[in-house]
Amino acid sequence: MKLRPYLYTLLFLLLAVILSIAIGSVFIPPADLGRILIGWMDGATFPEPLKTFAFILTDIRLPRTVLVLLTGAALGSSGAAYQGLFRNPLADPYLIGVASGAGLGAVLAMSIQWPYTFWGLLAVPGAAFIGALLTVFLVYIMARVGKTVPTTNLILAGVAFGSFATALTTYLMLRSTGELHRAIAWLSGGFSQAGWSPVLTVLPYLAAGLGILLLSGHALNLLQFGDEQAQQMGLAVTRTRTIILLAASLATAAAVAFSGIIGFIGLIVPHIMRLWFGADYRHLLPLSLIGGAGALLLADVIARSVMAPQELPVGIITALVGAPFFLWVLRRSKNQGYW
Amino acid sequence: MLSIQNLSVSYGPRRVLSDVSLEVNPGEVLALIGPNGAGKSTLVRAISGVIPVEKGKITNNGKEHLPMDINTLPPIKRARALAVVPQAASMPPAFTVWETVLMGRTPYLNFLGQVSTKDEEIARQALQKVDALSLAERRVGELSGGEQQRVLLARALAQSTPILLLDEPTSNLDLHYQVSFMETVSILAHQDNLAVLVAMHDLNLAARYADRVALLVEGEIKATGTPEQVLTAELISTAYHLTVQVIQHPYADVPLVLPGKK
Repeated sequence: MKLRPYLYTLLFLLLAVILSIAIGSVFIPPADLGRILIGWMDGATFPEPLKTFAFILTDIRLPRTVLVLLTGAALGSSGAAYQGLFRNPLADPYLIGVASGAGLGAVLAMSIQWPYTFWGLLAVPGAAFIGALLTVFLVYIMARVGKTVPTTNLILAGVAFGSFATALTTYLMLRSTGELHRAIAWLSGGFSQAGWSPVLTVLPYLAAGLGILLLSGHALNLLQFGDEQAQQMGLAVTRTRTIILLAASLATAAAVAFSGIIGFIGLIVPHIMRLWFGADYRHLLPLSLIGGAGALLLADVIARSVMAPQELPVGIITALVGAPFFLWVLRRSKNQGYW
Repeated sequence: MLSIQNLSVSYGPRRVLSDVSLEVNPGEVLALIGPNGAGKSTLVRAISGVIPVEKGKITNNGKEHLPMDINTLPPIKRARALAVVPQAASMPPAFTVWETVLMGRTPYLNFLGQVSTKDEEIARQALQKVDALSLAERRVGELSGGEQQRVLLARALAQSTPILLLDEPTSNLDLHYQVSFMETVSILAHQDNLAVLVAMHDLNLAARYADRVALLVEGEIKATGTPEQVLTAELISTAYHLTVQVIQHPYADVPLVLPGKK
């Protein structure tokens, strides 16, 4: 059993969580973080400034950190799953257009003006899910040649559908009035609309999606041999593929519905994990999940810090790092090697 | 015993296999020969359940029934009855040989693919049988064509099936690997009592290592029998549209097919 990769990625995640909680418009020193944690366990009341810190922690920093963490986990693991399903190293929820499709679904739901109730909030990721599924289906149909999905086709179809969905999304947001603030908050990376309610509404979707993905490692390993060999080794290929595709799209949609469209996490993280720890999807999926959470937290900390007190959309940070990385993978995947 | 009765397969309106009947006994290598496009690969793929069968029956041992509709027999059950070494197979280069061969145990594993020590022991034996145990830690992408083919055979053996299907396993190999690969297959069939069906192009390799030969031309079985019975100048010349001579192998008791006039 390989434990070391998990140890490293978990340490990375822990570091990212601490940074995410400590850094912001008000810096909370790590020592005070510890005092607050201990104080909570004792049920003590805090003197100032710990009292303010505690409030910031519970009502602002923690929910945001958890939401970013969940989003990153969803993007990282669904990226790994898409790469395995398409047998293509450049598949990523953003690059294949699924994220944009989910975004269109989410904004459509918002523009119908569902109320801010639990069920109303729950409907947004639902609509995002439908948008994601439609997009992945269309992109796959368009990109497929026989039984393979060539990289160029996949990316081109993804970009085309993604642009189309983004254009519709922008149009919907510009003409909507009442819900505009909600949509704009969503577009800019979404995390600023924090509080615990987005976390709670996103959880059931994510639990279902990520739960299935974490069980799919062996099936994805088999699918790397191609559909025919996988079936000859005993895998019910069509059914398994469909289930994994649904789960990955569900996770992506849930992430997009509350966090906006964030690119490249699903590309970078599985790649680094594959380089470091090997191609076995039974480990690659959980490692990409943990690593994705850590990476997005880090990106979010940077997005909050560079122009503080103003916040940058986190998607800008991930794109600044991710696009060059994408080009590097594109060159590298020509000579195959480890993929 | 693998028994195929009146198997027909069509790609759209084009009939690729018509009324193919074949039997492969345990402990025997049956070589399936025939010109390009005769339907050899189609037959292997149809038996393994990856393309739909129009009509016909595929049974194992006469008792375990493999119905013609692949949807009625789940892949996991089929994969316990027969294993396939596919043609010019692509293997993910990043997996190690050991990981690859262990995946042959899939029909006996749960959805998570957790292997027991018994599964590991069977995989180790499979690697040993194809003389590839020393490759276990290597990545598949680093192997030569001949080594990759051995790994695929080991993966098929790890499936612990009574039936083995091989689709042109030697077509990318050099002379040395062709001979040693077929020798291994022949020894395994006889030792482990496997029913082996191997589609191949090289008639002389078939003559040397197959117990029986079946000649497939334009989707129909034209002849079945011992190498001497099937590899005759008349049958082969007609099947391949080429004049051939058949002579006696200088030291082995098998025919030798030579293209061209006397």
